[in-house]
Amino acid sequence: MNTLRLRISQNTGLLIAVALFAILYTLYSSLHPKGWSVDLFVQNSNESLALIFVAMAQTVPVLTGGLDLSAGAIMTLVNCFASTLLTGSPAHIALGLLACLAAGSACGLFNGCIVVFGRIQPIIATLATGAIFIGISLLLRPSPGGAVDDNLSWVLTNALSEMDTTYHWFAPGAAPYWFSHGVGLLPVPILILLAVIVLVWLPFRRTVTGRGCYAVGSSEGAAYMSGLKVWRSKLAAYTLGGFFAGCGGLYLALQTGSGNADITQAGGYTLNSIAAVVIGGTSLFGGSGGAIGSVFGALVLRAISFCFRVFDPAGPIGFVANPLLQPIFEGVILLLAVSLGAARAMRVKNRLSLFT
Amino acid sequence: MLKQAAPYLALTGVSKRYGGVSALSGVDFSCRRGSIHAVLGENGAGKSTLIKIIAGVVQPDAGSIALDGRTLTLPNPQAANTAGIVCIFQELSLLPDLSVADNIGITAPPRRFGLIDGGAQRRQAEGLLARIGCADIDPRMLVRDLPLSRRQMVEIAKALGRNPSLLILDEATSALTAADVGRVYAILHGLREQGLALLYISHRMHEIEELADTCSVFRNGQHIDSFAQGERAPGQIVQMMIGRDLHTVYPPKPTRAPDRAPVLELRQVGWEDRLHGISFGVGRGEIVGLGGLDGQGQRELLLALFGVLRGVTGQVLVDGKPCHVGSPAQAKSPAIGMALIPEDRKTEGLMLPMPVSDNISMAALGRMTRGLVIDRGREAAAIGKVIDKLRIKTGDPASPVATLSGGNQQKVVIAKWLLTGARIILLNDPTRGIDVGTKQEIYQLLRDLADAGTAIVLYSTDYEELIGCCDRVMILYDGRIVRTLEGGAITEANIVASALNLTLESAA
Repeated sequence: MNTLRLRISQNTGLLIAVALFAILYTLYSSLHPKGWSVDLFVQNSNESLALIFVAMAQTVPVLTGGLDLSAGAIMTLVNCFASTLLTGSPAHIALGLLACLAAGSACGLFNGCIVVFGRIQPIIATLATGAIFIGISLLLRPSPGGAVDDNLSWVLTNALSEMDTTYHWFAPGAAPYWFSHGVGLLPVPILILLAVIVLVWLPFRRTVTGRGCYAVGSSEGAAYMSGLKVWRSKLAAYTLGGFFAGCGGLYLALQTGSGNADITQAGGYTLNSIAAVVIGGTSLFGGSGGAIGSVFGALVLRAISFCFRVFDPAGPIGFVANPLLQPIFEGVILLLAVSLGAARAMRVKNRLSLFT
Repeated sequence: MLKQAAPYLALTGVSKRYGGVSALSGVDFSCRRGSIHAVLGENGAGKSTLIKIIAGVVQPDAGSIALDGRTLTLPNPQAANTAGIVCIFQELSLLPDLSVADNIGITAPPRRFGLIDGGAQRRQAEGLLARIGCADIDPRMLVRDLPLSRRQMVEIAKALGRNPSLLILDEATSALTAADVGRVYAILHGLREQGLALLYISHRMHEIEELADTCSVFRNGQHIDSFAQGERAPGQIVQMMIGRDLHTVYPPKPTRAPDRAPVLELRQVGWEDRLHGISFGVGRGEIVGLGGLDGQGQRELLLALFGVLRGVTGQVLVDGKPCHVGSPAQAKSPAIGMALIPEDRKTEGLMLPMPVSDNISMAALGRMTRGLVIDRGREAAAIGKVIDKLRIKTGDPASPVATLSGGNQQKVVIAKWLLTGARIILLNDPTRGIDVGTKQEIYQLLRDLADAGTAIVLYSTDYEELIGCCDRVMILYDGRIVRTLEGGAITEANIVASALNLTLESAA
C-alpha cells in the first residue's frame, strides 16, 4: 500500500472533520455581510479557541480509554483564578499566566492520581472532581467579575498587527510588507493554538509516555505485558488534559476580561468537548485519533452555531433561522458527522471487523 | 551436544496459590544458556503460572528466583525485561491500534532529542522483520489490519528487538503458517547457537521433537521430571503429562459409509476475491475437514456459511432446500441449526467477565423462555447437564469464564453451541493452544456428535488433527478447493503435497 493511501485510511475521521468545517465555514462566510474579512476571522477565532482547548483536553484521557467530565470545570476554575491574577506589573502578569497553567495541570494531575492510584473509573472520578473544581471556582468568584489586564487581553484576542495599538510593536510604518499584508493579519488566538500544538502536543505524541497513552487505550493488558509504565501514561494523559483545559480557561478570561463560575457553562463545554472529540475522529474506546482532529471537531461545532446567525429569516429556508431550533440542528449534525465516520461500516464485508 | 553448563535461570521452591487453588507447589526448575528447553503439561499443570512468574507478571507466594547465580525479584514485566527475560505470550501482547513499527519499538524506541525518531524506528522494524523473513509486512500498517499469523510474526520480531538473554515462547507458533514455522525454527536454532536460554511451551509434540534439546514435564502444579529430548518416547511423555495411560488420541473412525444425503450443500460459493466456486456437501454424521496452507480462504468459508460475511455469491442448501443465511442469528435458528466455534475464543466466543453459566446458555436462551422470561430452572438444569457431559472443570458455574484455563474455556464455547441443538457444526481451529488431554476429549466429542447425526465442518491448522478426525478433507488453495482426500488417502504426505503442488504450479 502506498504512503498516501495508508495515511488517508488511518486518518479518515480527521479528514471528515476538516471537510465538514470547510463546508460549514464557507457557507457561513458567503452568507455573512462581512464574510472573508480579517475582522470576522478574528472574531470567530476568539469565539472558538476556548472550546478548542477544552476539546484537546478531553482528547488525551479519551485516547487512554477514559473520559474527563471535569474538563469544563477545570476551564472554569482557571478562568476564575485568572481573573484574580492577571493584573499589575508585567512580571506579576507573567507569573499569573504560569500559575494559571500550573493550576490547570494540577487539577489534571489530581484527576490522574484518583484514576490511577484510587483505581476509580474515570467517568465517576472526574464527575466528582469536576464538582469539587466548580465549588472552588464559586469560592474564588461568588459572582462574575474580576479584572484582566486590558492591554494583554486586547493583544491576545486580535490580529497580530494590533500589537502596535497597545505595546507599540510592529508599527505599521516600520513593519515590512510581508508582515502588514500577511502574517500580521493572522488572529493571535490561532497563533497561540499553533504554538501549543507544535510545542506541546506534537512532542508529547512522540514521547514513550505519549505513545503509551495510545497503547493503554488500545489494549491496557497488552501495554502492561509489553513492559510499558501504564500508570505514567495515564497520569500524563490527565495532567496534559488539565493543562489544555487550563489554556482554555486562561483564554476565556482574556477574552471576556473577567471570571465567571458558571456551572451551566462548564457542563456545556464538557459535553461539547466530547462531541468535538468524536467528530474529530478519536475513538471513545481509546487508542486512535488525536488532538488535531478534536481541534477541527470543535471548529465544526462552532461553525454550526455561527451559521445560525446568518440565515435570513425571510429567505426560503428562513424557518431554520429560529434560534430555538439550534440545539436540534447541532444534534442532527453531530449524528451526521459521526455517521460519516461510521460509513466504513457500509463497505465492510466481514461483519466481525465491525466489532474489533 | 552442548556441554552441561551451570543453570542460567534457577527457581527454588516456588509456590503460587490462587484463592484456594494451588497453581504451583514447591517447584524447583532450571534452564541453561544455549538450550531450547521445552515445558510440557496439561491444562492447569502450572505452565502458564510458571511462565508468568518468570516474566514478572505474577509474584510467587514462596520460593526464590536466581538469574545467572544472582537471586532477584521480578515485581513487574519491566523488571523482567531489564533482566533480559523476554516473553512471547500466547495471548498476543500487541497493541492493535498502533503501527507495526510502534509495536516493535514500544518500550525502547530509537530517540532523537528525547523524542521518538519515527524514521529510525521504522528502519529498525524493517530490519527485524527482514531477519525473520517477513519483509512483506509494512511497518506502517496498523496491527489490527494484519491477519493473526502475521501478528504472531510481529510479536516475534518485537521480542527479538529487545535482545533477550532468556526468551520464553508460550504457544508462539500456534497461529503461524507452515512456511513461517520453518523460519522461526531456524531463528530459534540460531539463537541457541548464540547462547540464549530458550523456554518453549507447546502442545504440539512434533514441534518439541524438532526444536527442543531438553524437556520438563509439569503436572498438577508440580515439576515431574526433566530429561534430554529423545530420552523418552512420545507415548511415555504423554503418560507423564496426564498421569494416566492414553491409548489413542483420536477416536476410531466409523467403518460404515456415512450417509451422503447432504445436510449442508454448497454450490459455487464465492466471496470477494477470497473464495471462488466452492462446491461440496456434508452428510449426516460426517466430519469434513478443511486443510491447506493457512490463510487460503478456510476461515472466510466458515464465516460465509455462518452469515458473517456480506456479498457472498452462490447457493447454500440445507436439507436440500436453498436458504439465505444473512446473520449468525439466522444461522442458529431451528430451520438451519448451524453453530460456529470461532477461532479466537476470547473475543468471538466468550464474554470473559460473565459467569460460566451465562456464557453457556447465551446462544440458547431463546429455547429456555417461558413467555418473556427466562426459565431459570430449565436453564440451570441444561447448564449442569452440559458441564457434566463435557467435563468442564469449574468450581462454580457462577464464576467468570476468565478464571478457567484455556482448554476449559474452549469447552464452554462448545457447550454453548451444543445447547442450541445445532445440526451443523462449523469449527475454526478449535484446539489452538489446548493441551493433549482436552484435545482428545474434544475429538471424542466431535465423533460422538457425528454418530448422533450432526454434520461437522472442521478447519484445523494441525494436519494430524485432520488426519485423525475427518472422514473427508478438502484442501483449499487461494480460495478454491484443489483436492478432496478420502479414507486412506488422508495422509500427511497427501495433504502437504496437495497444498504445495499448487504453490509450485502457481509460481510457474
